[in-house]
Amino acid sequence: MNLTTEQNSNLNNTQNAFLDISHIDMVFPTPTGGFTALKEVDLQIDKGEFISLIGHSGCGKSTVLNIVAGLYQATKGGILLKNKEVNEPGPERAVVFQNHSLLPWLTSYQNVELAVKQVFNKTMNKGEMKEWIEYNLKLVHMDHAMHKRPDEISGGMKQRVGIARALAMQPEVLLMDEPFGALDALTRAHMQDSLMEIQNELNNTVIMITHDVDESVLLSDRIVMMTNGPEATIGEILDVKLERPRSRLSLAKDLEYNRLRSEVLTFLYEKQRKVENINSKAPIPKEPSKQLVNEK
Amino acid sequence: MRKLFITVFLFIWSISAQSIHTSLGEFPGPNAVVKQFSSLYDEHVTEREKADAFYLRLEKRNAAKLEKDPNYVAKTRAYTGKETFLDQIITSLFTVTCGFLVAAIIAIPLGIWMGLSQRLNSALNPIIQIFKPVSPLAWLPLVTMIVSALYVSDDPMVSKSFLTSMITVSLCSLWPMVINTSIGVSSIDSDLINVSKVLRLPALTHIQKIVLPASIPMIFTGMRLSFGVAWMVLIAAEMLAQNPGLGKFVWDEFQNGSSESLARIMAAVVVIGFIGFLLDRVMLQLQRRVSWDKSSVNV
Repeated sequence: MNLTTEQNSNLNNTQNAFLDISHIDMVFPTPTGGFTALKEVDLQIDKGEFISLIGHSGCGKSTVLNIVAGLYQATKGGILLKNKEVNEPGPERAVVFQNHSLLPWLTSYQNVELAVKQVFNKTMNKGEMKEWIEYNLKLVHMDHAMHKRPDEISGGMKQRVGIARALAMQPEVLLMDEPFGALDALTRAHMQDSLMEIQNELNNTVIMITHDVDESVLLSDRIVMMTNGPEATIGEILDVKLERPRSRLSLAKDLEYNRLRSEVLTFLYEKQRKVENINSKAPIPKEPSKQLVNEK
Repeated sequence: MRKLFITVFLFIWSISAQSIHTSLGEFPGPNAVVKQFSSLYDEHVTEREKADAFYLRLEKRNAAKLEKDPNYVAKTRAYTGKETFLDQIITSLFTVTCGFLVAAIIAIPLGIWMGLSQRLNSALNPIIQIFKPVSPLAWLPLVTMIVSALYVSDDPMVSKSFLTSMITVSLCSLWPMVINTSIGVSSIDSDLINVSKVLRLPALTHIQKIVLPASIPMIFTGMRLSFGVAWMVLIAAEMLAQNPGLGKFVWDEFQNGSSESLARIMAAVVVIGFIGFLLDRVMLQLQRRVSWDKSSVNV
């Protein structure tokens, strides 16, 4: 992390990954000393790759994403995007937040506009901006509710606008923190199809956090499975070599799809089974430090 | 139901008023107060007629002198009759608005700054907590002396009594606005702050596009509280500073001690209450107009 870009590029001459998550440790300070949330997380991502991060809640998936976004600073190690160190947030690493986080006082159009004005204020004129905003809202099928405010549209629609806002920044990497976690199953399936359709068109580099095994297999090129915290790290990486475009219906009977699915399930529920005593009356006492890494 | 309670209240008032005997006569019941309203209005009309008559005489005299001597420079003098009840209401409204605006101009930027900087917040918090509960009556002597010492001018734009009352009002109505604004700003959803960070919004745009709209509901809650405080403080301040408003009216009637004084003071009390209520309504309407979060605007 303290290395200069030059030194880093020398070190990485051999790998030169598009996005390099390089040997990351994350320690949160707590009143009782440091709490190591992440230990030696190391991952190289190619341009145009769709990566899912999967793991039990509290394992530090969001922490990884926040470090890539630049919202957190890794305690050790660092992030290289196109061989440049990342140490602050920026629009080239757009984030789709779990609970949409649209500004409630702006319409869908204005929410996207805020991002577009900020990112393209020097390269686009007014007319081009308008076109670009409308293009992105059309991409997520939200052009019919452009001038509605977040409290006037459904949860799925809000998330669509959130995605449109992120896409409109034309990011190098799109970071998605459980984008469909708060949606009902039908809407979620619909959104996944939309996302595949968009991905087909734009071929973005994406890191998506998910809890949903089917979602990860359906959408990703690689599934990164994380061990339980503290000192969480990457447990296994699964290559998904299913042909695109994928359709959930035909995949349901696909042998390879079901093999991958069961691999993820095995990892989550056998190898990394989380011991949670549901029957005991008293809740298991949580470490105070855990609050910090818990996903919202 | 509402009408019933008002009737019951008026009934109890008039019954109990009859049994209270003060050195200034019987405590005024509703009837006596209503009578005073019309007599206060009559006094206003008479006073205005007097003033008009005065200016008419002045004009005539000047015209006559000008006829005799074309080089005569016309003299004008302001009418110096006493303020009527209506004039005093206007003075009070003007004073409270000025005091409130001065407070808002200081409090809202300060509150935003405190909300953005945890350090400044914890540094200023003790001072605010100590000044907040101070009564206006404690500030007033200090403010009076400071105004007398610093506001020295041969041709003053505003009177000292006005300035003293206004500053006292500002000092007391500052705090609810500072506190509410800073809480509103510091409790903005962290996701929205993250959106701003990802977009790398410059500080000013961040305040303008994210911080201000997000904390408008809390800012207005603070402003409404402050305006209420300001109106209460004003009456006390005017009594002691002798600013010709409703507070001075009450004080003068009390000193006057005629058999009608209590009824006139009671009439002023009713008016003060009504104006306070109306001011709150005005703020509420304003809040409805500017706030995006309609659910935060409740009565």
